[in-house]
Amino acid sequence: MNFDFSDDQKQLRDQARKFLAEKCPPKAVRVVLDGKAAYDKELWKGLAEMGFLGVAIPEEFGGAGAGHLELCVIAEEMGRANAPVPFSSTVYLAAEALLIAGSDAQKKRWLPAIAAGEAIGTLALFEGKGNPAPKNLKLTAANGVLNGVKKPVADGGIADFAVVAARTGSSGRENDISLFLVDLKAGGVEVKSLTNLDPTRGQAEIIFSDCKAEPLGAAGEGWSILTQVLDRAAVLCAFEQVGGADRALEMGRDYALDRIAFGRQIGSFQAVKHMLADMYVSATLARSNSYYGAWALSTNAAELPEAAAAARISATQAFQHCAKNNIQVHGGMGFTWEFDCHMYYRRANAMALGLGSLSYWEDQLIDRMRKKNAA
Amino acid sequence: MNFDDTPQEAEFRATARAWISANAPKQYEEELRKSSLGRTQLKNANILEVAKAWQKKKADAGWACLHWPKEYGGRGSSPIERVIWQQEEGPFGQLSRMFIIGHGMCGPTMMAFAREEHKRTYLPPLASGAKVWCQLFSEPAGGSDVAGLRTRAEKDGDDWIINGQKIWTSGAHYSDYGILLTRTDPTVPKHKGLTMFFLDMKSPGVEVRPIKQASGASDFNEVYFTNVRIPDHQRLGEVGDGWNVSLTTLMNERSAIGAGVSTGFPELFEYCSSLMLDDGPAIEDRAVRSKLANWAVKASGLKYTSMRAISALSKGERPGPENSIGKLVAGSMIQDVATYALDLQGASGVISGEDGELAGRFQAMLLRAPGTRVEGGTDEIMRNIIAERVLGLPGDIRVDKDVPFNKIPTKGRG
Repeated sequence: MNFDFSDDQKQLRDQARKFLAEKCPPKAVRVVLDGKAAYDKELWKGLAEMGFLGVAIPEEFGGAGAGHLELCVIAEEMGRANAPVPFSSTVYLAAEALLIAGSDAQKKRWLPAIAAGEAIGTLALFEGKGNPAPKNLKLTAANGVLNGVKKPVADGGIADFAVVAARTGSSGRENDISLFLVDLKAGGVEVKSLTNLDPTRGQAEIIFSDCKAEPLGAAGEGWSILTQVLDRAAVLCAFEQVGGADRALEMGRDYALDRIAFGRQIGSFQAVKHMLADMYVSATLARSNSYYGAWALSTNAAELPEAAAAARISATQAFQHCAKNNIQVHGGMGFTWEFDCHMYYRRANAMALGLGSLSYWEDQLIDRMRKKNAA
Repeated sequence: MNFDDTPQEAEFRATARAWISANAPKQYEEELRKSSLGRTQLKNANILEVAKAWQKKKADAGWACLHWPKEYGGRGSSPIERVIWQQEEGPFGQLSRMFIIGHGMCGPTMMAFAREEHKRTYLPPLASGAKVWCQLFSEPAGGSDVAGLRTRAEKDGDDWIINGQKIWTSGAHYSDYGILLTRTDPTVPKHKGLTMFFLDMKSPGVEVRPIKQASGASDFNEVYFTNVRIPDHQRLGEVGDGWNVSLTTLMNERSAIGAGVSTGFPELFEYCSSLMLDDGPAIEDRAVRSKLANWAVKASGLKYTSMRAISALSKGERPGPENSIGKLVAGSMIQDVATYALDLQGASGVISGEDGELAGRFQAMLLRAPGTRVEGGTDEIMRNIIAERVLGLPGDIRVDKDVPFNKIPTKGRG
């Protein structure tokens, strides 16, 4: 049994950690947090040069042709660094949708540009309140044009193209939904930035008015492709969450060692020790669930739907738990803008919603477990 | 990343599987599979006899105590082979419960500290199940703070005279031998005045009394010592070095990697899958599903944490500290799971035993659960261990560290 990353993959993780420690320290994250830039362009360029953006993109489309396990270790480091770049939208959602359903021409057009850091992509799925469900999609596609509104769209304000989920039928079934590729720099697109919990990753409203779009994948296959994309993204986001949870735990631990109150290190009080021990427990459960997700993703196993949902839930809980209790360990200082704790708190809570909320994934997990048991 | 055996592991697994398939007491398989929670019992047979017979059969074929050296009755196997054996032994592993303390803790302590002639005399019958051992550490005054124990050992010629009381001793009532931690010098700080021995549980002056637990069952005992004589050659380690000797014992009390811990989740999921509530199947209820999902990811998280440890063993590495979370997570989870299963039963959840739902399975789980959170290290001690050994936080401030044992207060009030 070798339920672990290989030495090469661990080396890649170390390389990514070193790179991000240098190029993405908290003060770089703060430039975006404080609204002085929409994202960190220098970092995005650097990630492309390192080959990180195209690590799971095949060589024929300009990528490194490594695999999803390699992408998982990089994702973990992106989460640890709280990187203010459109990595998840572009790499986990847009690129994966293209890899699953794109025509050769579509892949050739967008994937090399993604790998080179020249194109930012995203998925335009949500239309206001609610979780992923065909009935929540009103935006229509007819005669090659889209009409409707998507919000929130992660990184929608800076994206060059989007994968858009649209209604092409009204039977009330999943095959009413089809996917489209839209060049957001062309006509018929209006983008409005939205304020959001985590300013280090923008959210936008996108209004499509007779916007030209080309189909991505077969008509009526949209929901099935989306489900696959969301499962893959759930695993990859779980690694970001695991990285973020670990970092928040470390920050709390370090502060507990350094801070003196009542004449002793606050980390010597059991109330604080036990809070940190519980954070370690959540982070460990999340890491192990995420490893299983990584295995299922990298082998395209039949277990992926269940593994992805478990990784999603576990990693979401762990990041939220570690981020909030990191602030608690820091006391009043943790509630200041100057300390970095709130950046992880914001990221943890924004990530908890991005692919659909916890209650949605809880429901999915039980459905998928029942399906497996019935089979 | 994969879950595959190496060729050597696959070969070992095939050999083990074939032998188990040909030799295991299959007539008890179903009963053992269902008894994975709490106590293991058989309806029509004496579990002790069945367990001893299975252990003897294994020993005769070289499958007992895989991790022990051959000269002491083991197989000299690698840690990963031990894990593979446990996986293959499956429900029959339940029959090893009564040997866990002997094989996992007493044996390794004997190996590290007993005289060679004693090792050759005592270890093979321990491996083969002919003799059962227990561990006599905890006392009424020394639970989590085991170094606070008060059982006295006083030198008398070539013997030691033991007086005092132990508690929470699993299996003392059927044990042949035990390892015993005593206080030999109460005038020095508590960790420095301890000494370890092994003894015959049939020695005059040893009295075993079962404890009636809060659950109503009796799995543990009190053991009283009244002028019990132990020859000095049965001392394990130096006089006054008992604390270090006990650390060897406790280090071997590792959570059984690969064997898995009971969380109650598979039972609850199965129960909810067939249960009808007032407005439909439980499994289709949003609230039920949310609860189940939250426990599902804890159960799977524990499972894959254990897989990571097994992978480390497979590579010949020491597993990381991750496995320390197992008992902490599973203990409170099984309690919550049982509470929820009863909640789903409404007022009738109060009925336990044969008259209860599923023959009172979740009621029994509920009553046993508090013990799980205390035995082998309380939840609080487990959190201290994680905080101190894994996260590197400071140890507790110990006000009795440099105080002679006989000057430490013994009463909280009055």
